[in-house]
Amino acid sequence: MFAWILLLLPLLAAAANQLYLKRNAFIASLVSTGAVVATFVIALVLLGRDDAVVGPVSWISLENDPGLSLSLKLDQLSKGMMVIVTGIGMLVHIFSLGYMADDSAKARYFTGLSLFMFSMTGIVLAGNFIMTFIFWELVGLSSYLLIGHWYQKDSAADAAKKAFIVNRIGDFGFMIGILMLFGITGTFIFDDMGGGLANFKEGYESCYACLIGTAILCVFCGAVGKSAQMPLHVWLPDAMEGPTPVSALIHAATMVAAGVYMLFRVQLSLGVEIFTETFAGDVIAWVGGITALGAALMATQQNDIKRVLAYSTLSQLGYMVMATGLGGGDAGMFHLYTHAWFKALLFLGSGAVIYACHHEQDIWKMGGLLKKMPITGATFIAGTAALIAVPFTSGFFSKEAILHAAEAKPALFWIAVAVAVLTPFYMTRLVLVAFLGSPRTDDADHAKEVAPVMWGPLAVLGVLALISGFAFFNGIAPATPAHAGEFHVNKLFWISLGALAAGVIPAFLLYGGRSKDPLSIPLFRERFYIDALYDKIVVKGLQNGSAAVVHFFDEFVVNGLIVGGASRLAESFGMLFRRVQSGNLQGYAFTFGIGVILVIYFTTFWK
Amino acid sequence: MLLLIVLLPLLAFGAILAGAKARQTAVIACGANLALGLLAAFTWKAGFWNLSLPVLSAPAIHLSLGLMDGMSVIMLLLSVIVAFAAVLTGQAPDGREKLYYGSSLLIAAGAIGAFVATDLFFFYAFHELALIPTFLMIGMLGRGENKAAAWKITIYLGFGSLVLLAGLVWLASATGTFDMVAMQESTAIDPAAQKGIAAFLIVGFGILVSLFPFHSWAAPAYASAPAPTAMLHAGVLKKFGLYGLLRLAVPLLPEGLHAWLVPLCVLLLGNILWVGFVTISQKRLDGMLGNSSVMHMGYIFLAIAALAAVPGGENAWAVPAAVLLMFAHGISIAMLFGLADKIERTTGTLDLDELGGLGKAAPSLAFLFGLVGMASIGLPGLANFAGEVMVFIASFKNYDPAAGMGPVQITCILAIWGVVISAIYMLRAYRKVFQGPFVKATEGASDLSLVDRVPAVLLAVVLLAVGLCPNLLLSLLR
Repeated sequence: MFAWILLLLPLLAAAANQLYLKRNAFIASLVSTGAVVATFVIALVLLGRDDAVVGPVSWISLENDPGLSLSLKLDQLSKGMMVIVTGIGMLVHIFSLGYMADDSAKARYFTGLSLFMFSMTGIVLAGNFIMTFIFWELVGLSSYLLIGHWYQKDSAADAAKKAFIVNRIGDFGFMIGILMLFGITGTFIFDDMGGGLANFKEGYESCYACLIGTAILCVFCGAVGKSAQMPLHVWLPDAMEGPTPVSALIHAATMVAAGVYMLFRVQLSLGVEIFTETFAGDVIAWVGGITALGAALMATQQNDIKRVLAYSTLSQLGYMVMATGLGGGDAGMFHLYTHAWFKALLFLGSGAVIYACHHEQDIWKMGGLLKKMPITGATFIAGTAALIAVPFTSGFFSKEAILHAAEAKPALFWIAVAVAVLTPFYMTRLVLVAFLGSPRTDDADHAKEVAPVMWGPLAVLGVLALISGFAFFNGIAPATPAHAGEFHVNKLFWISLGALAAGVIPAFLLYGGRSKDPLSIPLFRERFYIDALYDKIVVKGLQNGSAAVVHFFDEFVVNGLIVGGASRLAESFGMLFRRVQSGNLQGYAFTFGIGVILVIYFTTFWK
Repeated sequence: MLLLIVLLPLLAFGAILAGAKARQTAVIACGANLALGLLAAFTWKAGFWNLSLPVLSAPAIHLSLGLMDGMSVIMLLLSVIVAFAAVLTGQAPDGREKLYYGSSLLIAAGAIGAFVATDLFFFYAFHELALIPTFLMIGMLGRGENKAAAWKITIYLGFGSLVLLAGLVWLASATGTFDMVAMQESTAIDPAAQKGIAAFLIVGFGILVSLFPFHSWAAPAYASAPAPTAMLHAGVLKKFGLYGLLRLAVPLLPEGLHAWLVPLCVLLLGNILWVGFVTISQKRLDGMLGNSSVMHMGYIFLAIAALAAVPGGENAWAVPAAVLLMFAHGISIAMLFGLADKIERTTGTLDLDELGGLGKAAPSLAFLFGLVGMASIGLPGLANFAGEVMVFIASFKNYDPAAGMGPVQITCILAIWGVVISAIYMLRAYRKVFQGPFVKATEGASDLSLVDRVPAVLLAVVLLAVGLCPNLLLSLLR
């Protein structure tokens, strides 16, 4: 019962806002915020309850077939994830009350947030794969609506469209994977999949690994789209066109992590060894590793504060995906958990900065903000400390779990270490340039600390970013690897400490007191030219080009030559019929009558 | 009772000819029909709906109307809902009200008749009754190159009807009856004859449904048709061909369909992928919608292919999937054409490059168009998704992983790429029409009036209700 309320309350809020409260934006914002506070309380209550499957409620019922039902799965994974989703959702709603106070379409914004909360809750609680897919698409919709919140701006409208379409490309594979798993296991229901798979394995040992590997890779396509892994990562940085609280909630903490969540759900359903015993696991791990490294390199040369954080998110998601592919899904989920708090904090912090600097996003036009905005600055630095894995912050524990999971594959392990060097480098650069030194523009000089409704959530998240990694808090984490949150001085500890120093020190030397970037690496700044390549070759060339060619053939070959002949013949007949086409209905009714008589005649004397 | 549902629009048509106020008469008749249709949905199992009057003794042709199963009920519902929305949506040019509303009523009567007829002859004749006013409306009241489009659709569908007629006559002689109920109990048709009849039916019905490569009549016809005609034809009448295949070919010609499985798969992929690409390159909203409607027919054919793949085998998903998707597509495409008409009336153009920023000027229009656009590209929560996902599941229902993928599974996988294609063209169109800054055409644009909202909201509610709870319709099929 509680679980259904948890799912449906945000939907009710969204519906109420859309139908009745469009004109009363203030009440609409309170309705949405009230709903999310209530769901947070419910999520905490559920955390203390036993695992269960709630439902099922028939959704598609058929003759001679079980059809399809809706059910909600409550286990540590989904309950912990709900605490993250509703917790960050709540803080982002509160922050938005301040951030979006003067927006002319505030009601639409909060409607979108509530719709997102509904959809994300659905992904987390889904009891079968079709439900996952349903809510998967719905978070895509809410993301589309919120990225395109300022839809009269061309760049925002384009970014929204791009996000939706790129996600659909991933969903193409996702749907195929779901259908293949259905064929293999005979069910969509997570709890029954393991049994179905075991039966299949017994009967068809020879094609087992190849088929299940292919199916999992197809399912992984969905995660590649939603979690913005290479080569479908291009939508996420553009998604920063949306309001910043949206970036914090959807494009940093929760929705983009859904891919990792879904992969771990698959692992739990199909069996712990599923990634390690097929080739799929290797592919997944490498995609994650390459994304982690590539995105970290790109982040080093971005100047927009939100874009730095966006590439950082890509990179951290790559970490999680890599760990999951290596069979360390619990480490991936643990990093998801800590990352959610500190990355939401960093994004909301950047939102506060952007708000205070009159929508300036270029870090080189900021500077000295720590003094102007002490709370925002201090919490931002706390979030940075967690992200760059300063010992005893939450990120330190989860990054060590990732490195531990990667130890089995030396190549990936050293990629992970390289990312652990790059992350402190670009984050130190960001903090030095934006928050330290002296203000470089009037906007930065006049920046003031934001209102309590905005810094309150920052403070809460700041505390969580620092402490949520300790073993004491692991009860709310969706999954925890063995020895999570414990501190050991071992080889890994020294490697991560070394990586931290190797990133921070050069950044200090390079960027301390600078007013413009001493480094210029076009390859990284232009994101390895992947975006340009897609735009020129895939969209303009392949898609529009082939569409034009097909259109040409359709028009002039299928239509023109083959059918056109008949049509020209018809035109000459048309001259004949013009006299008949007199334009009054009685005439046509009469002609129709004659036609009917002719048909009767024809059918009667056929034999 | 069914006779009443068929006759009401015809009577209204007569009244309009006799001088009654055209719009009011049409709205009242279609409203009454909507009420009767809903009543039928609840009580269709009762005998009082059916009717059979002998018309000809040799061969035995009866004017028999009946609701054979839930499929007929659902098609009847689709017809009365769309007909009501269509007559509400239309705005006749001055002086042409009689033709405008009269034709809409005739199309509605013909479509309803075709779906409830249980005699092969009337099944065919009712459809013809609906086609003729369709041609007239396009030829006389259409826009743009309407004359050419009208000729094209007339020739095309006329030819398709002839092929179909040949197939139906062959079918009637093979089963020895025109009675569609008795047919289902007749002895199995010889496989060679099945193959021949199936070919005629696939091509004949296929042309009527715009199966690739017989599709090129559809987009120009819908682009130039007046709104109610496009709504009724694309939404309702076009489903006649699919209904016919499900009603006749699937139960009576399992071996015949199976023999054409691979060609059918290739052609339906032509609808989804080939026409999908054609849709992407459209420069006008009406052309885009017309082609998208052609494209989506492919998914319903995919459900038929899933049935054809295992002649005589069980596939509990396929028929409900096809019926649900027919219904959903009918509602959504009707709504799209209705709203496109509003866009043209308020901005004066449907050229995508001349539009922009309409969302700010017409938020209700933008919301409703966005909703139905999302429905048509298969967003969960709206009816089309339920149909599409059921088609996909139906395609994989008889998948044996050990034996490898069959033609239906491979076709299904390729067909799923259509979800990407449709997202591209629909979001691109939405982006160009409603988003971005204002342009000349949209600066003074107005939002939907209250009267405009009624049909759109009605259709939107149906899409949402069926999308959230597909069992509303599926329970009729059990």
